[in-house]
Amino acid sequence: MVQSTRAAALALAVATMTGMAAHAGDLTIFTDTSDPAPKQAFQTLIDDFQKANPDVHVKWTVFDHEGYKTTIRNFLTADAPDLANWYAGNRMAPFVKAGQFMDVSDVWDQNGLKTQLKSALPSMTIDGKQWGVPYTYYQWGIYYNKDVFKKFGVDIPKTWDDFIAACAKFKAGGVDCTTTGTKAFWPAGGWFDYMDLRTNGYQFHMDLTNGKIAWTDPRVKKVFDEWAKLVKPGYLTANSAAIDWQDALPNLVQGKAATYLMGNFAVAPLKAAGMTDDTLGFFPFPEITPGIGRAEDAPTDTMHIPAKAKNPTDAKKFLAFLASADEQTKINDILGQLPVNNQSKVGSDPFLQQGFTMLSTADGLAQFFDRDAPAEMAKIGMEGFQEFMAHPDRVDEILKRLEAARKRIYQQG
Amino acid sequence: MTSVTTNAAARRHGAWRRNQRRLAPLMFVAPGALMFLVYVVAPIFRSMSISFYDWDGMGAMKWIGFGNYVELWSDPAFLESLENNLIWLVLYMLAVPAGLFIAIFLNQSVRGIRIYKSLFFFPFVISQVVVGLIFTWFYAPDFGLLFKLSQMLTGHGIAILADERYATYGIIAAGLWPQIAYVMILYLTGLNNVAPDQVEAARLDGAKGWKMLWYVIIPQLRPATFIAVVVTVIGALRSFDLVSIMTQGGPYGSTRVLSYYMYEQALSEYGYRMGYGAAIAVVLFFIMMVFISGFIWKMYRDETER
Repeated sequence: MVQSTRAAALALAVATMTGMAAHAGDLTIFTDTSDPAPKQAFQTLIDDFQKANPDVHVKWTVFDHEGYKTTIRNFLTADAPDLANWYAGNRMAPFVKAGQFMDVSDVWDQNGLKTQLKSALPSMTIDGKQWGVPYTYYQWGIYYNKDVFKKFGVDIPKTWDDFIAACAKFKAGGVDCTTTGTKAFWPAGGWFDYMDLRTNGYQFHMDLTNGKIAWTDPRVKKVFDEWAKLVKPGYLTANSAAIDWQDALPNLVQGKAATYLMGNFAVAPLKAAGMTDDTLGFFPFPEITPGIGRAEDAPTDTMHIPAKAKNPTDAKKFLAFLASADEQTKINDILGQLPVNNQSKVGSDPFLQQGFTMLSTADGLAQFFDRDAPAEMAKIGMEGFQEFMAHPDRVDEILKRLEAARKRIYQQG
Repeated sequence: MTSVTTNAAARRHGAWRRNQRRLAPLMFVAPGALMFLVYVVAPIFRSMSISFYDWDGMGAMKWIGFGNYVELWSDPAFLESLENNLIWLVLYMLAVPAGLFIAIFLNQSVRGIRIYKSLFFFPFVISQVVVGLIFTWFYAPDFGLLFKLSQMLTGHGIAILADERYATYGIIAAGLWPQIAYVMILYLTGLNNVAPDQVEAARLDGAKGWKMLWYVIIPQLRPATFIAVVVTVIGALRSFDLVSIMTQGGPYGSTRVLSYYMYEQALSEYGYRMGYGAAIAVVLFFIMMVFISGFIWKMYRDETER
């Protein structure tokens, strides 16, 4: 009897101690920022937050970037942190619909974020509520080798016809007009996004990725007809399906290819491989259908509070801090990307400046094919685009397959 | 209180005495059996039950009966994976004769033969991921050795992994490299146990060359052949690492096998269909069961014959 009392007391003591350890002042953060620049950006952000809130104790865990995409599902349902980073648009929809992310509309309302983060508001809203806070985004567009353009006497193409005409010149000189590596599928998604945005415009693209338009629609077919003008004559690097996007970079650096449709994150490795502001240039994707509003891909990275967070109060404080203009200026300087807050300052890098001008004058911002379309449609779609880029003659077969997938996937939601 | 406990203990002791011979083996098996039950058998049944649901792994589960299986039969990606699995199974079997050939070739006493043997065994020691990477570079367009070679010979380079006609065969070739080494080592140990007196007797009777191999050596290698076939069949069916490293199922899904398709549907970056993935796993499980129960039946028969 005496023993059992002692055991009970001990158990009670242990319980109190662990209870104290999990006190409300702890803030657990999980991120996928395993690359050097994002890691440093988060380190700075967390240090700053810690300085401003000395009573909060931040525990930060960094996951491997690729592994995070699957582990997030486990920790959201099992052992949730107070904050986790993820992506905007339909990419967050599965978690929102499964009730795994917390509604943070109050953070948006109390901090005036609906005006400051205006450009990202639609992609953060599902069912009229906001489910996270965006902190960075970057532009997509065509990066080109200035030396190659000079050598062939080609000017920056403004229209799709100009671009194709330039391609013919490059091809005649034995240079790939444009290079890519679609082994991981998503670079093919980027190509489709731009072909569709320029052919049919922003609203059509959003309706298509949301399953409201058939893939067998003649307007979709038109996109592929335009795209075929590039693919059929072989203006694209051969065998791109077996190449990783990084392995296609040397083609641009060595002048074996003239252009590369990519996100701004390609600039850092291109410069590391020896390109400078004198040899590397950027221009927005050329116009296809005249007069259509210019929309761009601008994938946004976000932070969310899991529904099972133990300390939502401090987590909301952190989100508000992350959304502030000063903090976004600071971390995006380190990331080499664009702040979402429209009162932040953009870094002096010419590519960032160009991207900022391009995006702030755009008529619409898409996230990216794999963030605008639901996961399953994204996978099947990008696989189809990869196939089209190797076998443009199979277009009807591919579109029929995508349409069958669309009918199945969207009826479930 | 105390006396009751002692009595009970004594009676239990007696019961233990009487059943010791029956219980002891069970107790020895228990820890392993428990592990097997918790980590192998239970998940199998759990997967089977999940395969009857529409489930994203997080939200509510919706019962759809055989819906996932019905969908599988009209899913071209599934049928292609199944077909690829069959190609794997058939071509992977080449590892058995190839391994035997190399083993016989290496089974001689020359100076430094151990070094040659370990060199041949080398591919089995390195990780499948490394094998995949090596072969990816070997096949790579523009700078790969094979690409350059085919360009030199035909004036037109072949990028194996970018072409849906060759990609699966390219991956199987990569898989065969370590698998042949594995089979070779099995046969090398088998050859050590070949009875020299029988070989001697056969030689006196005038047997040599192919006849010697076919009628004297190979029958004595039967246990090694059995194990080699088993590991090769299982290796072919669970091929995943190489597909994942070398092509990620591409180009456009043409190199997917069942295990990779399951991963893609249920667990990958874009996969949120636990139920569908589980259904694929169940199909793969039954295919494996056909072979495994065949093997077990053969082992059982061999043991009872003795």
